Amino acid sequence: MLEVRGLRKVYRSASGDTEAIRDLTFDATAGEIVCIVGPSGAGKTTLLRCISGLLAPTSGTVTLEGHDVSGPPGGMAVVFQEYARSLFPWLTVAQNVELPLKEKGLKKSDRARLVQDSLEAVGLGDVPDSYPWQLSGGMQQRVAIARAAAYEPHILLMDEPFAAVDAQTRADLEDLVRDLWQRLGITLLFVTHDIDESIYLGQRVLVLSARPTVILEDVAVDLPDERDQLTTRNDPEFGRLRTHIYDLVQRAKQGYRPDEEAAESAV
Amino acid sequence: MTTTQPATAPARASGLAALRRLPVWRRLLTLLALPLILVVIWWVTSDRADSFFYPPLRDILATFGPTWFEGRLTADVVPSLGRLLAGYALAMVIGVGLGTAIGLSSRLRAFLEPVLEFFRAIPPPVMVPILMLFLGIGTGMKIFVIAAGAVWPILLNTVEGVRGVDEVLRDTARTYRLGRLTQLRTLVLRGATPQIVTGARQALSIAIILMVISEMFAAHNGLGFTIVQFQRSFAMPEMWTGIILLGLVGVVLSVLFRIIERPVLFWYHGQRQSHRGGN
Amino acid sequence: MTIRTAAPPSTTTPAARRPRGGTNRALWGTAGVLSLILVLELLPRSGAVDARFLPPFSEIAAALADRITTGEFWTALGDTLVTWAIGFSIALVVGIVLGMVIGSVGILRDATASTIEFLRPIPSVALIPLAVLMLGTGRPGTLLLVVYATFWQVLVQVLYGVQDVDPVARDTARSYRFRFLTTARTVVWPTTLPFAMTGFRLGATVALILTITGELIIGTPGLGRLLAVAQQSGQVSSMYALVIVTGLIGVLVNLGARAVERRVLHWHSSVRRETAS
Repeated sequence: MLEVRGLRKVYRSASGDTEAIRDLTFDATAGEIVCIVGPSGAGKTTLLRCISGLLAPTSGTVTLEGHDVSGPPGGMAVVFQEYARSLFPWLTVAQNVELPLKEKGLKKSDRARLVQDSLEAVGLGDVPDSYPWQLSGGMQQRVAIARAAAYEPHILLMDEPFAAVDAQTRADLEDLVRDLWQRLGITLLFVTHDIDESIYLGQRVLVLSARPTVILEDVAVDLPDERDQLTTRNDPEFGRLRTHIYDLVQRAKQGYRPDEEAAESAV
Repeated sequence: MTTTQPATAPARASGLAALRRLPVWRRLLTLLALPLILVVIWWVTSDRADSFFYPPLRDILATFGPTWFEGRLTADVVPSLGRLLAGYALAMVIGVGLGTAIGLSSRLRAFLEPVLEFFRAIPPPVMVPILMLFLGIGTGMKIFVIAAGAVWPILLNTVEGVRGVDEVLRDTARTYRLGRLTQLRTLVLRGATPQIVTGARQALSIAIILMVISEMFAAHNGLGFTIVQFQRSFAMPEMWTGIILLGLVGVVLSVLFRIIERPVLFWYHGQRQSHRGGN
Repeated sequence: MTIRTAAPPSTTTPAARRPRGGTNRALWGTAGVLSLILVLELLPRSGAVDARFLPPFSEIAAALADRITTGEFWTALGDTLVTWAIGFSIALVVGIVLGMVIGSVGILRDATASTIEFLRPIPSVALIPLAVLMLGTGRPGTLLLVVYATFWQVLVQVLYGVQDVDPVARDTARSYRFRFLTTARTVVWPTTLPFAMTGFRLGATVALILTITGELIIGTPGLGRLLAVAQQSGQVSSMYALVIVTGLIGVLVNLGARAVERRVLHWHSSVRRETAS
């Protein structure tokens, strides 16, 4: 489904080059949820922008469903962290959801159905004619999710989508995302800095190092597919994973890198 | 094109909005008291003054109807306003069109920046004698003078507006693969509208000034021409009616502008309000 | 007037715009100016534009070089700058003082709102006939236009700034029974200053435009009148040369006003930061 091979990204500027990502290689199979965590400044957003085709990597390739990504590919939707800035303030909620569908060339009746269904799925069936800025932060992010769902993507990328909403809303939105993922059968790549969130949502968690970024560990999340906020978070396995990943992230913050270790052992 | 200033007065800076908290009769009283007092002062002092240049307001008002509504409305006022509208529309089309192109291309911007800074800094009235060379003193010259002066604030604000369109919104449009035309219409132009409107508002007052000046310089008809004729023939009450009429034109156009602006920018004002409400 | 009031604070973070190479920009800009000069030279030479209406740039430059050797030019330049400076200063002082007073006193603000909204859009050039008849064609006539037009720019910005004062700060001042002048100096002015500086920058340009306009239309001595004379005597190259001079003065006024604004606000914000910490 998604293959990332030897991805490297260096930002060039007059004051010198910054290596954001050194070497990333991983796959995501169809219908999988992969979460990506790492210390702040680990180049998570850069990675997501490279995968979504918004940013050209310095070297390496991103392949989606067999095609090399060189610009935003079809069949992909992205939900950004800054919900207030990713919705068109001059369009209503329904128009925001409908715009990409229009561009896809869907018939009017199909568009109406998709808009209605996806807004209902995120619990916003009653505010299609409101403007985004009339809604609370959590509701705005729901609109962005509804827009992504209505687009019927094969893969959905989410870039710390809940970092700016309060804790209660966040738990609701996490369940909403799990629910949508199960119903739509899409591949989901979810970037977060919240360890608990990555375990709660993911089937796998990729733990990143500090900049320049490499993968520290690809952690499999061995939890049942039916998850809920109380029982899942109290599962002993959840606790074990949290301790393990927390430890990894702490070491990443202190500058631990597997490539150095590998280099040492090779000597 | 390099500085953006945070502090800017919006259209309603003088506090009319603050009056909404008062009951209706108090509001009317506060709104009308000072204007009435000023008119009364004018009326009384001009009645007593024995100055040729300062005729009684009574005479001015009595002259107003005969001066303007017996032929001059169609012969002078309408042509003036027509030229104003044509020049302003031309400035809008050129300003928004070029401004969008320049705003979208950082290379074009770097190339044109000093040149635009220079053209913007030329006081617009000095273009009148230059354009007279090319276009004579006809209607075309006046329209071009108005457009040549009014285009700069529109153009430069459009450039800034297009540049300032939110990056996340741009990324969103790209990931949903919105086509070029859709992006231009629903993203770039809509996103730049608040600044285009700011430019258009400044351009309007420049356009009015140039309408008058181009007619004072050389014309056979028009508001500016007529007022100068009155001045040269020492027709004092008539000249005063002309000044009042020009003032009214300015006021009416700025009110019209505001009426048009409101629906265009409703989302912008709504968004700002909800930010201020502490969302 | 010609300056764009930088508009509504957009939601974009400035950091989102990545800086580009400064030298590169300067190169492109220089190329732009040179291209303009080249176009101005070639258009009339190639016959695409009638050289009687647009002389080649080299001739304009020659006319300019000629002009600046005459005393007449420098006197006119001096006249223009003096008229500009006097008119701008009067408008600035009156605008700031009146704005502070009207803005700080609730009743005054409410009572003047409609009058200000009505008087502000009145085009200053409407006053030209009055200025000529009552004040003559000398400097006072042009000053009337300059002061009238510039005054509104300053006043409106200052009023807006005073409204922006934090109500809590104002209440604090009241609860400590600050005197009117103390409140004005310590509470209202610091908030208003950035707005007043915007008024300063806008006003500087408007004042220049009206100064040149007055000289051109009324005939007050200065560059504008020189331009009118050149036009009447058909010295086309000279006309263009003078237009370029007015443009360059405009650029300088612009850059100067921006530099003053930046410096004052920089000083202002660093002072505020110190007192705040």
